[in-house]
Amino acid sequence: MRIIVPIKQVPETSSVRMDEQTGTMVRDGVEAIVNPLDLYAIETALRLRDARGGRVTCLSMGPPAAERALREALSMGCDDAALLSDSAFAGSDTWATSYALAAAVRKLGACDLILCGERATDGDTGQVGPGIAAWLNLPVVTYVGRVERVGEGRIRVRRLVEAGCEILDAALPCVLTVVKAIAAPRLPTLRGKQRARTADVPRWGPGDPDVDADKLGLSGSPTRVVNIFRPTVARQCELLPAGDAPGVEAAAERFAAFLREKELL
Amino acid sequence: MAIGPELPGADLAELIERGADAVVAVEDERLRHFDLERYAACLGRLIRQRRPEIVIAAATTTGRTLMPYVAVTVDAGLTADCTVLDIDAETGRLLQTRPAIGGHILATIATPTHRPQMATVRPHSTPPAARDAARRGEIERLAADDLPESRVRRVDFLPDDEEGGIQDAERVVAVGRGIKRADNIAIVRDLADALGAALGATREVVDRGWLSYPHQIGLSGKTITPKLYVGVGVSGSIQHLAGMQTAETIVAINSDPDAQLFRVADLGIVGDLFEVVPKLTERVRLGVEIA
Repeated sequence: MRIIVPIKQVPETSSVRMDEQTGTMVRDGVEAIVNPLDLYAIETALRLRDARGGRVTCLSMGPPAAERALREALSMGCDDAALLSDSAFAGSDTWATSYALAAAVRKLGACDLILCGERATDGDTGQVGPGIAAWLNLPVVTYVGRVERVGEGRIRVRRLVEAGCEILDAALPCVLTVVKAIAAPRLPTLRGKQRARTADVPRWGPGDPDVDADKLGLSGSPTRVVNIFRPTVARQCELLPAGDAPGVEAAAERFAAFLREKELL
Repeated sequence: MAIGPELPGADLAELIERGADAVVAVEDERLRHFDLERYAACLGRLIRQRRPEIVIAAATTTGRTLMPYVAVTVDAGLTADCTVLDIDAETGRLLQTRPAIGGHILATIATPTHRPQMATVRPHSTPPAARDAARRGEIERLAADDLPESRVRRVDFLPDDEEGGIQDAERVVAVGRGIKRADNIAIVRDLADALGAALGATREVVDRGWLSYPHQIGLSGKTITPKLYVGVGVSGSIQHLAGMQTAETIVAINSDPDAQLFRVADLGIVGDLFEVVPKLTERVRLGVEIA
């Protein structure tokens, strides 16, 4: 199987700090990692390749430093990688990002499967996977929690939805966005790391995949961020000590009264 | 706009009663279940014909799949998972506010020139409009002719064997590592049942196999905005907070007074959950009976 995995480099969320004065995110000193939810897509791709043969190509769009994320994917066992990196791509929203990634997928040639993480932990939109499918006019199945079987130009998957899961049978090629339930990601091997260090990661600009410059970057993006602010933490926690039996009774009483005040009981 | 097989008139009338001026129902038996390619064809066609300024859908698994696909096909701007929508008084533009970076920031997003302006809205981020039986509006039923062939076939549906999903629940009781063993979850489930709430979990609880993945709240699970969130033995890691801190009301129960969850809670009970939770359940059941 020929599989393409678009991934994103994101700041490690648990170490993100906010500048109290400006209300902006302090990116200095924050570690950049592979979007944790993309690791499930990489793992799924590697398992399918290991079982059926083929090739797994990782793709990313971002600043030159995003090459590190691709090298990490290579160290896990991906076969090759390419990075879309140019100022023309900077500031792309999900519409423009999925456009550029779709163009890069096209440049890579025929593939059977495009596997994406459900969303990135920084932007948190989950829109790029379905967007890529739309640009390429491919079917897409989102929230995939299991691959049931692959064969004869089709893939059968479980899609986790609100009240249960759908068993869906999709024609290949298609796009899948996967969730954590699908597989536990492997760790990079020593040999993988050595290979990743020296592997060639081509850097593509807007001339490499054939793209319409009007659809790239900030100027090509339909949406604009007009304001960024910190959520106002208006919550004042009313703390109830419940260390002994009377405390527990009183806390239970207050809990019920609190719910009534909020019209929840 | 409603999509489905022959849709009950009462449901369409409810949309009018809750504020819609007109309802377009696109109906076909092949639209009984969500089918991306067919739903996208219906929505895309309606957008091209009627040229709306704004298209809003719920940020459910359906909305978050359909909307990004259609936004590409109709050249529209789309903002995901909004919690606040507003109209800019000067420009008339839709202002779409959403949490990002795990809830650390809120970003307001506009779509200056592309139309329509599309947004998905997180369930429960705003209360539903009240019903007004006196409202009148037009209901138009359209047959969905020339639907495309779909490349994805629905083979089966396996409903969750337990309680309802957390994603569209109005109330959620979440259990954390403080519960110690899978067997102990029964006491949390009792509280959830008494409150009419869905049962959620932290990553630790799911990774230990005590509850299944669909229960997981947080960065690698689901992001929820229920009216009530109750965290039982939940420490409140940044990853978990990212999935629930936009809940309207937050209650935390933990024996550790320094638990991070207390910092985002409205009400905190510091005590042994094995003592506290059964009492809360008892008290809630009593309250429900009186009511």
